[in-house]
Amino acid sequence: MAYPTDRKYTKQHEWIQASGSTGAVGITDHAQEELGDIVFVELPKVGAELAAGKSFGTVESVKAVSDLYSPASGTVTAVNENLVTSPESVNKDAHGSWMMKITLKNPKELDALLSAADYEKYVTEEGGH
Amino acid sequence: MSSVESTPASALAPVRKTALNAVHRQMGAKMVDFNGWDMPVEYPASIGGGIINEHMAVRTGVGIFDVSHMGDIRLAGLQALAAVQHISMNDASRLAVGQAQYSALLYPQGTFVDDVIVHRLGEDEYLLVINAGTREKDFNWVRDNTRQFDCAVENLSDDFTQIAIQGPKGVNVLQKLTDADLSAVKFYWVTHGTVCGLKNILIARTGYTAEDGFEIYVPSDENTSARVWNEVLSAGKEFGIVPCGLGARNTLRLEGKLPLYGHEISDTINVWEAGLDRFCKMEKPEFIGRAALEKAKAGGLKRTLVGLEMVERGIARDGYKVLDDGGREIGYVTSGSPAPFLKKNIALAYVPPELGAVGTAVKVEIRGQGVAAQVVPTPFYKRPKKT
Repeated sequence: MAYPTDRKYTKQHEWIQASGSTGAVGITDHAQEELGDIVFVELPKVGAELAAGKSFGTVESVKAVSDLYSPASGTVTAVNENLVTSPESVNKDAHGSWMMKITLKNPKELDALLSAADYEKYVTEEGGH
Repeated sequence: MSSVESTPASALAPVRKTALNAVHRQMGAKMVDFNGWDMPVEYPASIGGGIINEHMAVRTGVGIFDVSHMGDIRLAGLQALAAVQHISMNDASRLAVGQAQYSALLYPQGTFVDDVIVHRLGEDEYLLVINAGTREKDFNWVRDNTRQFDCAVENLSDDFTQIAIQGPKGVNVLQKLTDADLSAVKFYWVTHGTVCGLKNILIARTGYTAEDGFEIYVPSDENTSARVWNEVLSAGKEFGIVPCGLGARNTLRLEGKLPLYGHEISDTINVWEAGLDRFCKMEKPEFIGRAALEKAKAGGLKRTLVGLEMVERGIARDGYKVLDDGGREIGYVTSGSPAPFLKKNIALAYVPPELGAVGTAVKVEIRGQGVAAQVVPTPFYKRPKKT
């Protein structure tokens, strides 16, 4: 899997794609693969204030429950309601399935995140755990 | 993202492997530590796997499982029946040669050492099939508690690769590979036959999927094991056979309300609480646990195992609290999961008997929130009767 270079990644397997002062957030293809069949996504409310590294929701596969961690601080401006009714979309296209959009409080936070190449190296070396 | 798997890894014991371990890895299976065993939890989607696909294959077609981690204890000798009767709660005297029954080994207090399938293989020969996580405990228990009988107790756990071929098409697949007439083998009966050219193989029409199916016991050397596994996969190709891991095994058994040791049954839960009354034959004059069970019955139940279905959005998981309608804690979930065939979120839970009636509204505490659920009839899934 080639990881798109238009975004940054976390070691907790989220991605964030910045566009101006807005960031779209999702989980990586590696994450969906590790989880297996995704059956439940719980997302924050629009307007919620998030701190970088803090939980913003939950994703569940048949077997596992996972917390989602925000790659950056900001205010939630939109959540992807399609994922609530079709959580399996994340398995089919993890990098195309944004979960929430936030107004970035401090865009510089993204500089500390992993590039696509570094993330790929990380999951290969660490086995992603 | 950080994951919590339903099956806890046991960190201390060295990891054990079945003879098919390399085969699973070659097929790209996702492996997990299950009670000290390195086992496939699911296979890749590229070969038809994924827990939901694997589950559906067994409900509608056929799936193959490596269940070699299960243990096997053979009891043979003039007093084999008396020994089995003493250590198990079902009535083994009702078994004809070639017949099997679901049963359990109990502690004197009426709680579970393990649940077992008792197969009567010969006039004075029985095979107990036991759980992976309790192999040593069970064997020691059986050996220590049958010393007074003229009966040899052997641990055959490492002698067999146990392969389960489960689902309505399982019979068609296995029939291609054996000279035994499988149509003559009823559910919970066994036979012996040549399988994949191997003579005198034990074939049991049993399983842990709430579906029709077979379990075969072949020699546990790696070459033979891999050959049989691959021959079953080839024979099953025309029926859409899918390799299945422990993930689907768990969701399949949960839909059928089949208990899992450490969850629905354990050394602190008794037979009446677990609702396994019909497998416990109190008309037997004696067996370990009987006296305590008689007392427990007279004393009344403090908790009972019920089926729950989520009413609101949310998935109950093992260990979650069950609350009454007013938010008071009344019990806990023993097993909870999405049910792939039923397409509902289901759970088994212990609650006080007065809150266990079908239709009772309860809540399951999920991440601090009470989420509505209700008590429903079990088993959640019952396979269609053959016409």
